[in-house]
Amino acid sequence: MAERSFRAEVEDLRLGAGETFTGEGILALTKALLENGVGYVGGYQGAPISHLMDVLADAQDLLAELGVRFEANANEAAAAAMLAASVHYPIRGAVTFKGPVGVNVASDALANLSSSGVTGGALIILGEDYGEGSSIMQERSHAFAMKSQFWLLDPRPNLPSIVRAVDHGFALSEASNSPVMLMVRIRSCHVTGTFTTRDNRRPALSVREALSAPRSDFARVVLPPMSYVHEQDKVRNRWPAAERYVLDHKLNERFGPQQAPVGIVVQGGMYNGVVRALQRLGLADIYGETQVPLYVLNVTYPLVSSEFLEFAKGKDSLLVVEEGQPEFIEQSLSTFLYRAQSKVRLHGKDMLPMAGEYTGQVLLDGVTAFLKQAAPHLLPAQVRAPNQDAPAIPDLSKTVPVRPPGFCTGCPERPIFAALKLVQKDLGQHQISADIGCHLFGALPPFEVGGATMGYGLGPAANGAFDGGGERRPISIIGDGGFWHNGLSSSFTNMVFNKSDGLAVVVDNYYSAATGGQDLMSSRARNATKATGHPISRAVKGIGVGWVREVTNTYDVGGLRDLLAEALTTKEPGPKVIVASSECMLNRQRREKPLRQQAIRDGRRVEAPRFGVDEAICTGDHACIRLSGCPSLGLKRLDDPLRDDPVASIDQSCVGCGNCGEVADAAVLCPSFYRADVVHNPTPWERRRAAFRARVIGWLQARRQARRLDFGGAA
Amino acid sequence: MTAHPALSPRVPDPALGGIIKLAVMAVGGQGGGVLASWIEDVARACGFACQATSVAGVAQRTGATIYYIEMCPGTGRPPVFSLLPAAGDVDILIAAEMMEAGRAILRGFVTPDRTVLITSTHRVLAVSEKSVPGDGIASTDEALAAAGIAARHLIAADFDRIAIDAGSVISASLFGALAGAGVLPFPRAAFEGAIRASGKGVEGSLRAFAAAFAAAQAGPAPPDAPAAATAPTVAPQPTGPEPLIAGWRALTARIAAFPAPVQDMAHAGLSKVVAFQDLAYGAEYLDRLASLLPQDRADKGHALTREAAKYIANAMAYDDVIRVADLKTQGARFRRITSEMGATDANLVRVTEFMHPRAQEIAGMLPARLGARVEASPKWMARLDRWFGKGRRLRSDTLPAFLMLHALGALRGYRRRTLRHSQERAHLDRWLATALDCLATDYDLAVEVIRCRRLIKGYSDTHARGQSKFDRVLAGIALVAGREDAADWARRLREAALKDEEGKALDGALATIRSFL
Repeated sequence: MAERSFRAEVEDLRLGAGETFTGEGILALTKALLENGVGYVGGYQGAPISHLMDVLADAQDLLAELGVRFEANANEAAAAAMLAASVHYPIRGAVTFKGPVGVNVASDALANLSSSGVTGGALIILGEDYGEGSSIMQERSHAFAMKSQFWLLDPRPNLPSIVRAVDHGFALSEASNSPVMLMVRIRSCHVTGTFTTRDNRRPALSVREALSAPRSDFARVVLPPMSYVHEQDKVRNRWPAAERYVLDHKLNERFGPQQAPVGIVVQGGMYNGVVRALQRLGLADIYGETQVPLYVLNVTYPLVSSEFLEFAKGKDSLLVVEEGQPEFIEQSLSTFLYRAQSKVRLHGKDMLPMAGEYTGQVLLDGVTAFLKQAAPHLLPAQVRAPNQDAPAIPDLSKTVPVRPPGFCTGCPERPIFAALKLVQKDLGQHQISADIGCHLFGALPPFEVGGATMGYGLGPAANGAFDGGGERRPISIIGDGGFWHNGLSSSFTNMVFNKSDGLAVVVDNYYSAATGGQDLMSSRARNATKATGHPISRAVKGIGVGWVREVTNTYDVGGLRDLLAEALTTKEPGPKVIVASSECMLNRQRREKPLRQQAIRDGRRVEAPRFGVDEAICTGDHACIRLSGCPSLGLKRLDDPLRDDPVASIDQSCVGCGNCGEVADAAVLCPSFYRADVVHNPTPWERRRAAFRARVIGWLQARRQARRLDFGGAA
Repeated sequence: MTAHPALSPRVPDPALGGIIKLAVMAVGGQGGGVLASWIEDVARACGFACQATSVAGVAQRTGATIYYIEMCPGTGRPPVFSLLPAAGDVDILIAAEMMEAGRAILRGFVTPDRTVLITSTHRVLAVSEKSVPGDGIASTDEALAAAGIAARHLIAADFDRIAIDAGSVISASLFGALAGAGVLPFPRAAFEGAIRASGKGVEGSLRAFAAAFAAAQAGPAPPDAPAAATAPTVAPQPTGPEPLIAGWRALTARIAAFPAPVQDMAHAGLSKVVAFQDLAYGAEYLDRLASLLPQDRADKGHALTREAAKYIANAMAYDDVIRVADLKTQGARFRRITSEMGATDANLVRVTEFMHPRAQEIAGMLPARLGARVEASPKWMARLDRWFGKGRRLRSDTLPAFLMLHALGALRGYRRRTLRHSQERAHLDRWLATALDCLATDYDLAVEVIRCRRLIKGYSDTHARGQSKFDRVLAGIALVAGREDAADWARRLREAALKDEEGKALDGALATIRSFL
C-alpha cells in the first residue's frame, strides 16, 4: 500500500465529455492517457512521478474495465522495454519514471526503441527532478532525446496544456514513428488546476487481442544492416515528419505582439516563471497578455528552424530562457541564425545563470538585464533607476540551521546506522558505500556512515574494487528497493562471481519507502495484483551467497552490532550478506494507528509505548542524539541556574520504536531513558495487581520522604 | 505585533489584479500538505481561481519543505500563476516552525512592504543543533526579532502547543491563525467548511482552529512571559520533618551573609547538594564557598564565588548509581510520568528503565580502599563485568525492580565511604586548587578554570571523554597562563571542547595555541 492513497481522486478519472476536472497534474496526466485510448501503462516510481504510479495502481479497476494493462515495472529499463509492444502493434503505450536517473537506467531500451521506431504511439512521461526539492544529481534528460532521436515535449505547466501535450504526444509519435518523451517538472506534477474532460476511450487494439495475432518484422530488429537503415530513416523520414507535425498542429505557441524589437524564446515549462517576471515589470497582465513577444517551445526537441526564424524576423534581440546546462537549445538556435545569416542578437546564458534552477528572482533578474540592454524604454522607471529605502533585515544566515531530509520518527533504519557507528567504534573505520533510498540519510549527521552512492542497486557494486579484501572488509549498504531494482543482478551476482570478501547490508523496510511506500517483491503485504512475499535472503542464497544472516528486528542495536562484528571478522570466504528487516515506521503507523484507536474505543486492551527522559539524570551531553537524530528526540532548556546545557527530551510524537532504550543500552550511554507503556482498558486482574504494587511502593516512598527534605523531586 | 507605519502596503499592481501569493514553510511531517489543500479548498469554494504546488517525495522526510499557493478572484478566464515563490513577492507567509520562519526571511520571502508573517514560535530542532555536546540551539529571539523587522505584520504564537492542547495537529491551528489574521477575503465559516469537507479528525481540527483564530486576533502575548524567565529564580523551600527544616534554615542563614551576587546561585547549589546527600554535606558545600570568599573581589562582582557556587554544587552532586536509583524511585517521578504520558485513572502505566552498569560503577560503590584495590586488578574488573556488566531492563513499577532500586537509593548514608566519593572529592580538590593557583595573578583565568567543570558530564564513555577534554583544556590553560589574554583563551578552549564529540575543534584550538607559543 502506498503512502498516499488516491482511491477518492481516482473516481474523477471516470468523468465524461464536457465535465470539469479539478486536481493535481499527475491525475490530469492519467485522465489524458485514458482519453487517448492508451493500451498499456507502466513505469517505476520516483519523485516527482511517484504519485503517477500510485494513481495508476489505485485505478486498476478502471484500467481493467477499459482493457488497459498496468505493469509496475521492476525498473525504468523494464518500463522502457515494455514500449516494445508499440513497435509492431498499433497500440498506444505510456510509461513513466523520473529523470534524468530513470532515463539513465532506461537508456538501453530507449535507444533500441528509437532505432526500431514505433507503430503505435509510445509516450514516456518523465518527471524531471531538477531544482529545489530534488534528491539527485543535477543534470538534464534533454541530451538523451538528442542522441537517440526521440522527441521531447515540455508543455506549459497548467492542466489544459499538459493534457493537450498527451494528445499530441501520441499523435506525434505515430506521425513520426518515434517515441515521445513528455517532460513534467517537479512542481508541474503537483500543480493543481482544472480542465474540461472528454470520454475515456478503449484502445482500438488491446494487448490481449494483439496476442491472438502476433506480428514481427525483421526490418525492425536492431542488427546490421537494418540498424544503418534505421539511422537513415530517422534523419530522412522520421525527423522531418516530426517537424511537419509540430508546425501543422502549432505545438509551439506565440504570445504577445507580432511586431517588436525584442522577443523571448522560452521552454514551455519555464513559461509561467517568465510571465511572472514580465508581470512584475508591468509588461504582462494577470492573464499573460504580454507586451514582449514570446515564442513558447512546448516541443524542445526537435527545434523547427523555419518557425524560429519566422519569430526572429524583424527583431533586434532575443532572449532564450533555458533551464539547466549545457544550453542545447541556445546552441541550436544560434546555429539556425548563423546559417540564415541573421543579424539578430541572441542572448541566453549571458543574461541568465548557466547552472541552477530558474527561480522567480533569477528570471526577474535575467529578463530585467535583457530588457535593460535590448529595450530599456520598456522598463518602468523604478527598475531603470531603483530607489529603495527598505529597512535592513538582520542577517539570519548564521542563525538558521540547515535542515536536510532525514530518517522519520521511529525509522527502523536508524538503529542499523547506530549499530554501524558502534561497530566502527570497536573495529575502526571501514570503507562503506551506499545505494539510493532512505538509507542514504545515514551519510548525513549524526551518523555520517557511507560516503558514496553510484546509483540505484549499485551500492555493493560500487565496492567492487575492494572485493579482493584487505585488513578490514568493505561494507556496502543497499535498500530493498535498490535490491530488486537492479541490485540482485548488478551488485550481488557481481559479488558472488568475483568472490568478494565484503559485507553487504540489505536494509529491508518492506516497501520502496523513499518513493512513497510502494510494494516490492519482498513486501509482506498481500497485494491483489502483484506477487509479494519473496524473501531477499532466498534470492541471495539462490545465486550462491553462503553467509546470509537475517535480522527480523532492527531495533535490537546490540544484537545487530554483534552480528555486524561477526560478519566483519568471520573466517568464512565469499560475500557476507545481512538482511536487516523491520517495517517502515511511516507505513506501519498509518496502518496501525487507526486500528489501535478503534481498539481503545471498543474497550479492548491496548498497550501504547512511548519513551521519556528523566531530566534530573540527563547531563546534557547529547551522546544519545549522536546515535539517533530522531525528530522526536529533542532538547529542552531547564529552568535551573546550575545547568548550562539543554537536556534531552522526547516529545509526544514518539512512537515507542525502542531505539532510544536499545542505544542507551548497547552504547552504555546513561540511565536517563525510560519507556512508559500506557495500558488502555487493562484487565481487572491487572488492575488489582497494579493497585497492590502501588500501595506497597507508595508506602515505601512516603516512608523515605518523611525522613528527608523534599525539594520537589530534584536531587 | 509589528507594523511599519512608514512603509504603507504597496499598492497592488493593477495589471496583476490582486493575485494573493501565499507560501507555507514547514518541516516534513508537519502536515503542510493538508494545510495547503484546505487553503486551496476555501479559495475555490469562495469563487477564487487558485493554484497550489508542492514538492513530494524523499525531500519531505523531516527536511524543510515549502508549499506555494496563488489565488485571485475568478473571472472565468484562466490567470497565469507562478509555480514557486519569489523573493520580495509573497503576501502571506505561514511558517510551521520558528527557524522555518527564519529560513523564509533569509530567502527574502518576508518583506516589510507586503508580507504578513504567521509563524509558530515553537522549535523542531535540526540535527546540527541537537548533536553538539554543548548548547547548539539556534536563537529563537534572534529569529523573532528579525521577523518583527522583516514582516509588514507579524502573528507569532506557539501554534503547536495550541494544536496539541486541542487534541489536534499544527496544520489546523495555523489554518485558524490564517483565518484569524483576516488577510484572506473569506469568512470564517468558509474556512471551517473546508475542514469539515475534509472529513478527518474534524472536531479536534475545529477546536485547534478556534483557539488559534482567537490567538491571532488577540495579538501578541504580553511581554512579561520572557521577562519572568530571565528574572532571578528563587530556589524553592523544601518540605520535610521539623528538625531537618530547622537545620536547613540554619544553612540558608549562612547564605544570607554572602555577597548579594552569590546568594541565588548558592541557594540553588545548596538545594542540590542537600537533596543529593544531607544537611552535613550542605554545610560542607557552604564551607567551601566561604573559604573562597576572602580571596574573591567585590569589583569583579564576586564572579569567582558565584561560578564556584554553581560548579562545586554540580561536582559534589555527581551522578552515581545511588543518585540514579534514588531519583528513579521517588513518588514525584511516577506522578510526573503518568501526567506526561497523558494517562488517566482508566489506564495503567508500566515503566521500564534501561540500566547498563559496568565494572567501574560496581567498584565505585565499594568502600574506598577495597574499591581501589579491585579497580587496580584487571582480573577482578573482568569478573565484575561478567557478573554485572550487561544491559538490564527494570520494570520499576513492579516490586522486585522497585525494591532493588529503592535499596540502592538507601545507600545514601554510606555513600561518603565509597571509592567513587573519594575519587570525586580528589578531583574536586585538584580542580579548585588549580583555579586558586591562578587567582593571585589572573582573577579572570581562575573564574574560567572554575567554569571548565561544565565539560564533565554524562556516564561511562561519554563521562570519560568529558574528563579527557577537561584535562586537555586545563593543560592548554597551563600553556597560556601568564599571558594577558589567558582568560580569553581558556574560554575559547572550553567552547571548542563543547562543539563536537571527538574534540576536533579543541585539538584545533590547542594547535593554534602551540603555534604562537
